[in-house]
Amino acid sequence: MDATGIGLWGVPLAILGGAIRVSTPFIFVSLGEAITERSGRINLGLEGTLVFGAMTAYAVAVMTGSPWLGLIAAAIAGLCFGLFHGWICKFRGVNDIAIGIALMLFGSGLAFFFGKPFIQPSAPDLPAIPLGAWSDIPQVQAALDVNVLFLIGAALAVFLWWAFRNTRAGLIVRVVGDSSDAARAMGLNPDTVRLIATGVGGALAGIGGAYLSLYYPGSWTEGISSGQGLMAVALVIFARWNPLGCFAAALLFGGAGALGPALQSVGVTQGYYLFYAAPYILTLIIMIATSSPSRSLAGAPGELSITK
Amino acid sequence: MTDTVAGAGAPATFGVRGYPAALEWIARRAEAVVIPLAALVVGMALFSLFILAVGKSPVQLYETMWRGGFGSWFSVQNSLSRAAPLLLAALCVALPARLGLVVIGGEGAIVLGGVAAAAAGVALSGAPSFIVILVMGVAGMAAGGIWIGAVGALRHYRAVNETISSLLMAYIAIALMNQLVEGPLRDPASLNKPSTQPLADIYRVGNMPGMEVHWGLAVGVIACVLSWVLIEKTRWGFAARIAGGNVRAAQVQGLAVGSLIVGFTGLAGAFAGLAGMLEVAAVQGSANASLAAGYGYTGILVAFLARHNPLAIIPVAFLLGGIDASGGLIQRRMDLPDATVLVLQGMLFIVILFSETFYGRFKAFNPDLWQRSS
Repeated sequence: MDATGIGLWGVPLAILGGAIRVSTPFIFVSLGEAITERSGRINLGLEGTLVFGAMTAYAVAVMTGSPWLGLIAAAIAGLCFGLFHGWICKFRGVNDIAIGIALMLFGSGLAFFFGKPFIQPSAPDLPAIPLGAWSDIPQVQAALDVNVLFLIGAALAVFLWWAFRNTRAGLIVRVVGDSSDAARAMGLNPDTVRLIATGVGGALAGIGGAYLSLYYPGSWTEGISSGQGLMAVALVIFARWNPLGCFAAALLFGGAGALGPALQSVGVTQGYYLFYAAPYILTLIIMIATSSPSRSLAGAPGELSITK
Repeated sequence: MTDTVAGAGAPATFGVRGYPAALEWIARRAEAVVIPLAALVVGMALFSLFILAVGKSPVQLYETMWRGGFGSWFSVQNSLSRAAPLLLAALCVALPARLGLVVIGGEGAIVLGGVAAAAAGVALSGAPSFIVILVMGVAGMAAGGIWIGAVGALRHYRAVNETISSLLMAYIAIALMNQLVEGPLRDPASLNKPSTQPLADIYRVGNMPGMEVHWGLAVGVIACVLSWVLIEKTRWGFAARIAGGNVRAAQVQGLAVGSLIVGFTGLAGAFAGLAGMLEVAAVQGSANASLAAGYGYTGILVAFLARHNPLAIIPVAFLLGGIDASGGLIQRRMDLPDATVLVLQGMLFIVILFSETFYGRFKAFNPDLWQRSS
C-alpha cells in the first residue's frame, strides 16, 4: 500500500482496515470458544480446527470453484473436531486442556497431510463489499473493503449476546457451565449440552479458518495460522465470556496485528518482527492485567477448569 | 513406572510371603506399563486404518519406519541424535506437570537458549574452549530458565493461566529471535538465511566416542535421571508432588508454594534452554530460524506419553526420535507427505490421553479386589 498521497494518515487508516481484515477469524473463533467455555469446557484445540478449516475450505473451493461450498465444508470439518473433543472429554480422567493440545497438533498435522497438493493452485475468494466506494482516496477504499464474513460475525456477536440472556438454549448452556449438579437437578445432561456447545464452537472456528484461506491472507500455506486460535481463547477470558466483548477484543487484536504491516507501508521497517509480535504481547499484557490471584474472574462459568 | 524402580523394599517382602506377594507387587506396578503400551498399540492400529484409507500399505509404512528409525546402527544413531533435544524439551513439560501446571511453550525457551548461547559463544571467542562451552551452557539455561520461570511466576503471583501464557511467550520468543538474528546479532556473511556468526570448531560440542551422536544425548539422559532423583528422592520433589496434588493443603502445611512453582518452572525452562544451546553448539553451529524446529512441541507429546516420569521420558524420547527420523524415508519411499509423522503423533497423543480413563478400572491391577481363597 502506498501511503504517500495522504502521508502519515495512512497509518491509522491502514490499522483500521487491517483491524477489520485481521479480526474476522478472531471474531469467529472467540465466539465459538465463548459458547464452549460458557458450557464449562475449554477447547484449546481450536488452533488446530482453524488450520484444518482453512485447508478444507481452500481444497473444496479449488475443487468445486465455489468459496461458499468451501466455507460450509470448513464449518462441517470444524463441527466434527468440536464434537470429537466434546465426546472424548466426557470420560472420567480425560483432561479437556490436554485433549485440546493434542487436537491442536493433530488438526495441524492432518491439515498439512491433506493440504500438500493445494499449496500451488489458487481458489476463488469470498466476496467483499466496497463500503468505501464513496471516497476517491484509494487508501480509504482499501480500508473499507469489508468482507461479508466480518458483517456476519458482527451480527452473530449481537445475536449470541441476546441469546445467552433471553433464550432457553442460552439459559441451558449457562446453567451447565455454572454447575453440573444444578443442571442435573433440572433434568439436563451436562455431557450432551457440552458436546453440542463444543461442536458449535468448532464449526465457528472452522469458518474462521475458511476466512483465512479464502480471503485474507487468501491462500493456503502451512504457516497460515500462527496462534490465532489460541489467542482467541485468551481473548474470551479478557472479554469475560461476553460475545459483544469478544467482538470488541477481536477488533483490538486485529488492529495490533495490522500495526507491523501498516508501519511498513510508510517505510518504517525497523523492528518489523517485534511489531509482528504485537498481538501476542498485547494478549499477554491483558492476561496479566485482568487476572488476579485473590479473586475469581467476574462472570466466569463455575465449571471452567482454567479459572479454578 | 516410577515405582518399578522406586520400590526398593519389595524383595524383603517376598521373603516373608513368597510368590503371592511377588505377584501382587508386580500387579500393582504393571498398570503404569501395560496401559501406555496398550494405548501405543491402539494408536498405531488406528493410524494403520488411516494409512489404509489413503490407499497405502500400513505394513510397508511400519517397515519403512522401522528401517528409518531403528533398523540399523546408522538409523539408531540418527534417532538418538533427535532424541537428545526431546529429552530436555520433555523435561520442560514434565517438571511443571508434577506441580499440576501444563506448560507447553518449551519451544520459546529452546529458541532463546540457543540465541543466548550463540551470542555468548561469539562474544567470548578467543577464550579456552571448555570455558566458552560452559558459559554457553549457562547462558542458554539462564535464558530458558528466566523465560519459563516467568510463566511460573505469572501463574503463582498473578494467576495467569500458564498454558496460554507459555505458548504466547513461545511466539514472542521466536519473534525476538528473528529480530536479533536479522538485526544486532546478524553475521553479514549469512545472506539467504540470517544467522549469528558461526562458532569456531573448537567451541562446538562434538560426538560421543564410538558413535555419530553428540554429547547432548548424555546431557539429556543425565538431566532426566537428576530430575527423577529431584522429584522422587528429595524434600523439594516431595513438596512439589504435594502442591501438585492440592495447592491449598500444601499451603496449610506451610510449604513455600510460590518458590516451588518458580523454581520448578525455572529449572524446566533451563533444561529447554540447554536443548537450544546444544542445537547451536552441536548441530547448527550458529543461531538461526532452524532453532524453531518443533522439538518443543514433540516434547509435550513425549512428556505426556511418559506420564511426566523423567525416567520414562528416556525410552519414549528414543521412540519418538525414531519416528521423527523415519519421516524423510517415509516421504521418499512411500510418496506420502512429511506431515504423515505429525498425524501419527497426534493420534498417539489423543489415544494416550484417552487411556487415562482406564487407570484404576481393571481388577487385575488391584490386588485389594482379588478374591482370596484362604
